Amino acid sequence: MTMKTLRVALLTSTLLAGAASAQDVTLTIESWRNDDLTIWQDSIIPAFEAANPGIKLNFAPSAPAEYNAVLNSKLDAGSAGDLITCRPFDASLELFKKGQLADLTDLPGMANFGDVAKSGWSTDDGAQTFCVPMASVIHGFIYNKDAFTELGIEVPKTEAEFFAALDKIKEDGTYIPMAMGTNDQWEAATMGYQNIGPTYWKGEEGRLALIEGTQKLTDEPWVAPYRALAKWKDYLGDGFEAQTYPDSQNLFTLGRAAIYPAGSWEISGFKSLAEFEMGAFYPPVQAEGDECYISDHTDIGIGLNAASPNAEAAKTFLNWVASPEFAKLYANALPGFFPLSNEAVALDDPLAQEFVNWRETCKPSIRSTYQILSRGTPNLENETWNASANVVRGTETAEDAAKRLQDGLASWYEPQK
Amino acid sequence: MARKAVRWHIAVFLAPAVLIYTAIMIIPLFATLNLSLFTLVDRARVFAGLDNFRTLFGDPRWSETFWNALGNNAWFFLVHMLVQNPIGVLLAALLSSPRLRMAAFYRTAIFVPTILSFVIVGFVWKLILSPIWGIAPGMLDMVGLKSLFTPWLGKQEYALTTLALISVWQFVGIPMMLIYAALLSIPDEVLEAAEMDGVTGMSQFWKIKLPLILPSIGIISILTFVGNFNAFDLIYVAQGALAGPDFATDILGTFLYRTFFGFQLQLGDPHMGATIATAMFGIILVGVCIYLFLIQTRLRRYQF
Repeated sequence: MTMKTLRVALLTSTLLAGAASAQDVTLTIESWRNDDLTIWQDSIIPAFEAANPGIKLNFAPSAPAEYNAVLNSKLDAGSAGDLITCRPFDASLELFKKGQLADLTDLPGMANFGDVAKSGWSTDDGAQTFCVPMASVIHGFIYNKDAFTELGIEVPKTEAEFFAALDKIKEDGTYIPMAMGTNDQWEAATMGYQNIGPTYWKGEEGRLALIEGTQKLTDEPWVAPYRALAKWKDYLGDGFEAQTYPDSQNLFTLGRAAIYPAGSWEISGFKSLAEFEMGAFYPPVQAEGDECYISDHTDIGIGLNAASPNAEAAKTFLNWVASPEFAKLYANALPGFFPLSNEAVALDDPLAQEFVNWRETCKPSIRSTYQILSRGTPNLENETWNASANVVRGTETAEDAAKRLQDGLASWYEPQK
Repeated sequence: MARKAVRWHIAVFLAPAVLIYTAIMIIPLFATLNLSLFTLVDRARVFAGLDNFRTLFGDPRWSETFWNALGNNAWFFLVHMLVQNPIGVLLAALLSSPRLRMAAFYRTAIFVPTILSFVIVGFVWKLILSPIWGIAPGMLDMVGLKSLFTPWLGKQEYALTTLALISVWQFVGIPMMLIYAALLSIPDEVLEAAEMDGVTGMSQFWKIKLPLILPSIGIISILTFVGNFNAFDLIYVAQGALAGPDFATDILGTFLYRTFFGFQLQLGDPHMGATIATAMFGIILVGVCIYLFLIQTRLRRYQF
């Protein structure tokens, strides 16, 4: 009997809920950030819904590794959500060209962003923009402050100091000097090559020269970071060849490793896990007094599914995303994802603030392989993962890896032929 | 004599199976074969004939990846044939021995991994073999063989074999069950007659039982072949779509996935993907035909 009452009650409540929300527009957001589910549900969605009655949001993320494949299939089948979280550059550009992402050039909120911020989601000539920039991530190194104090190590500024510090940690033996593995390959490329690289190829200068074809991947500024990476091998933990990305994160947050080559997206996760104080330093420069460069990579944008029946409501949401209000909310809810809007946002998190401060002292750039250069076969980004992992494992020399990448790029990219 | 009535019931009873099989197997298969004959030019689909195959086999970059994947796949299959199936036969022979106690328990325990998801198997073995948290280094240390431990999944020379053996661990229950069933179906009279003639123990297995279960072994081999050349899940779960280290574990399934759906910055190419899928279909078809026409027809069958 109670079973039946319960069932009736459930049914009634479902019907009632259905009736109440009948006038509301519900916008579904596709995303790969399943880590952020609680942040959306607890702070972002309530804030938006309070300010915009009548529009409901449904944040529906999928696993990062499958996101692109899942999203493309959903868009082709017409079952994708109203709002699409945009990967930077070609993946989204392709969706825009196929007419699956709407043109947002005239969205009033776009005025809050500079050209560099929009570059990740604009056509090659910059005339049309199709996603609202949400956040960038900055590369650098996070270190265990307690370990550094214990061993009396200063924060390294130059490459020589960096390796001296690693040597000292290794000699002492209490800590694994650096937590990184090559099993997942992308760690070596993203946290390794793209992290320390801009210092060698002088950020935007080198990146644009590569796109124009005036520099080659076999030139010294592009080989040197591989040579530095090859030296990392001796400072990684035992069995780093089979060490996965979560392994590296755990090694560091458990206090077993002293330095973690990082992306700023780690900050919120690390803060909740690590029981020691953490600090950060930017990629060491070659010689004292050299200018420093950081990878300040445009990573997340959000766009409008061109087939969405709720375009007006979606645009209201996108304008809100472009506002300083959202920037502040998002940056503080997710320390480590830095807003791209022109207005500076003060962060409550000191570690995140440390990262974002580098924007003042160092020259920012984005990852070298992302714009235009990964359009052909072989895919330069995938090849860079493979090459970086090989170099760190010591199965390929820096010069061989660079030559292989250059040959691959030159095989299809006109300016490099 | 009245003319034979049209036997409608045959068509009626076949219809559900035929319709479902056509809708979910035959049509997609031909759609895929068809897709491989087209290519995209300026976002428009253009008929390209066999151009995609020319690219796959002619372009050194494509063909190198393809042959690497095929070679790895062949090794993956060979490990299964050399390890999984003999162990399966051995386990079945032990299980069918009337003197074995707790046979039902062993049978279940060995079969259980087969029903586990690849995701669980991949994850659990990655943890077991992990150089950082895994129990493998610890256990080797206990018996003083720590020096034998290496991060197997991260070494180019061992990764594929390790994964193949994990897959063997997972699926050894299937040949075991099939052979076990075949062994049980051997009539007791045959075995009693053998005993009368003094053929017992090992020689009874080799001379009487093995010839009688050869057709089952044949079926298992072909199932293994088809399963292995369609494999994807385990490699994807353990090593990711780039099938590291340095493509040492890249098999046709992961190569197909990367090409068809794209990966990271690489955009998906349904047409080249379909081309690879067609090549895989061809390989499996040839393998199955070789078995059907060359091997199965020569197997002797015994009627009891």
